[in-house]
Amino acid sequence: MKEFIEGSHAVAQIVKRCRPGVVSAYPITPQTHIVEDLAQMVADKELNAQFVNVESEHSAASVVLGSEATGVRSYTATSSQGLLLMAEVVFNIAGLRLPLVMTTANRAVSAPINIWNDQQDVMAVRDSGWVLLFAETNQEVVDIHLQAYRLAEDPRVMLPVMVNMDGFILTHGMEVVDMPSQEEVDKFLPPYKTTYKLDVDNPLTMGYLADPDYYLEIRYMVQETHQELLQIILEVAGAFKKFFKRESGGLIQGYRLEDAEQVFVAMGSVCGTIRDTIDELRDKGKKAGLLKIVSYRPFPKQAILAALAKAHEVAVVDKSISLGGFGPLYTDLTSALSSLGSQMPKMSGFVLGLGGRDITKKSILDVFEKLSGKQVDCEFIGLKQELLAEEKNG
Amino acid sequence: MVETLLKPGHTACAGCGQAIGARLVVDTAGPNTIIANSTGCLEVFTTKYPESAWAVPWIHSLFENSAAVASGIESALKYLGKKDSINVIAQAGDGGTADIGLQAISGMLERGHDVLYVCYDNEAYMNTGIQRSGLTPTDTNTTTTPSGSASIGNPRPKKPMPEIANAHGIPYVATASVGYPQDIQKKVKKALSIKGPKYLQIHVPCPLGWRHESGKTFDVAKLAVETGLYPLFEYENGQLIPRKIAKIKPVEEYLGAQGRFRHLLKNPEAIKQVQAIADYNIKKYNLKTEA
Repeated sequence: MKEFIEGSHAVAQIVKRCRPGVVSAYPITPQTHIVEDLAQMVADKELNAQFVNVESEHSAASVVLGSEATGVRSYTATSSQGLLLMAEVVFNIAGLRLPLVMTTANRAVSAPINIWNDQQDVMAVRDSGWVLLFAETNQEVVDIHLQAYRLAEDPRVMLPVMVNMDGFILTHGMEVVDMPSQEEVDKFLPPYKTTYKLDVDNPLTMGYLADPDYYLEIRYMVQETHQELLQIILEVAGAFKKFFKRESGGLIQGYRLEDAEQVFVAMGSVCGTIRDTIDELRDKGKKAGLLKIVSYRPFPKQAILAALAKAHEVAVVDKSISLGGFGPLYTDLTSALSSLGSQMPKMSGFVLGLGGRDITKKSILDVFEKLSGKQVDCEFIGLKQELLAEEKNG
Repeated sequence: MVETLLKPGHTACAGCGQAIGARLVVDTAGPNTIIANSTGCLEVFTTKYPESAWAVPWIHSLFENSAAVASGIESALKYLGKKDSINVIAQAGDGGTADIGLQAISGMLERGHDVLYVCYDNEAYMNTGIQRSGLTPTDTNTTTTPSGSASIGNPRPKKPMPEIANAHGIPYVATASVGYPQDIQKKVKKALSIKGPKYLQIHVPCPLGWRHESGKTFDVAKLAVETGLYPLFEYENGQLIPRKIAKIKPVEEYLGAQGRFRHLLKNPEAIKQVQAIADYNIKKYNLKTEA
């Protein structure tokens, strides 16, 4: 059913329909509306779940680790410092092969403290083994959450999935969303059943110490699963399309990409602004296009190579930075495309929107203009030169 | 051989008090038990992949989160309608409890989860090589509080963990010692018969870290209790129930039995201070038998 709804409320609605048995969370802006809604649903008996209010994100993640290990579908959500505080547990959940789904309302990290959107927080747990999916719209937010549980709990996968949605832009943005009904969700997402659980009738040990004779292989198996996920993500997105008659999720999506010579590569809500800018550029005869990365981990190298086969110039739009290095997405893209050798398009890296700085069509046009100039790998867009001068002069 | 749920063949040191304590706890709790175990000696010596000594469902996640993981297990069991028939135990060492895990424990106690938390107290970070923890006693020689010309060892007293647990208003708090195995069994049984959060702290000598012969584990454990340095008591709904000491011994007997206190033996002033701690415990917990 279509409804005009805030992103956070939409997340809570779809999570409710996924029937988690345990929800645990610690409040942090801009994640709060999601978990407030779920708490109310439990209070109103709309959702049959244990809602565990904890004393930190570290414990929120640990509680859902414990409940997933007991074989019960679980849910948590966080943001920014919360994700950083739970980072240790985030790595542990993937290592334990527990199919948790978590929402990250992407937000800048301290210092300076800043509650607004960028995508720096998720990069801190990029290497944890989680499947990292990015939504552009709140329709996609809803659809990807539903797909996320099916993916995570697939016996071939058994890895956690993080659904990334830009803080405020999506969490607090109102949109028309076609919300799957309970009946539809129940058909698409079967109840979670597993033998890999803490069960007194079949006692297992979880969380071994693995010495150098074993550790390498156990970590390799996670990497191997990520390679298999490239196919499984497409399978689940295909099943979703067949069932709901709309395309959502997957590995990548293109916009006016077929004949594009200048291609933007980006993740999340900024893709909407880029689409509008591309339309304007196309009107002026420029062959611009967008490659949207939905699945950041696993990183869909082959799909990207195919999508960028005709590109002359690639502009990677990062909303985070590995300080002292480059934008993380830029590094991944150049690494993936390096196999093209001399056929590799000209790769330029740009950093935009940190700490909630607006990314406007003008910002995207600035990027586009720089594409024809000298190759850059970590160019900040929208810097206020007068402010920098002021800071430097004390 | 007696059937046990912590199987032999694990790699604990000879005379390890924690191995004895953990076996007593799990065997008393029985097979309908799920354990969340913090990082530490117990985890390391029982679950080196691909082998496990545990015959009950058991999970190790991290150092500081066994109370939170146990909270999640308990919540899942409640959701499944199985909590009444299954015990949930969280267990850790003294560092995992009083230092790095304190916040998660406080959260678990305050939220009222039906979990028994067991702290195996060997009074230092033994797994990493005998560094001082919040439960290391005054004047102990550890690798991070060594005695020297300007130091007589650990400068601070033990953190009163049982008091901290009790301050949460939980139904059951107890201390125990591997020197008194039946007392441990009795307290585990009682704890598991009570709904809600329970805290049990068991004194477990570590021959390596305390530097006593591995055959002396029970003797050393008993001396800690008999001197008043490790008071055994329960708080049932906040009400103190002491375990009286039949014949109180001077602290020198306990201190002299261990290398970690040897530097005190030539320091009468320090011994006096340790005796004062024992005397305080005896009074506070009413450990003296009536004359």
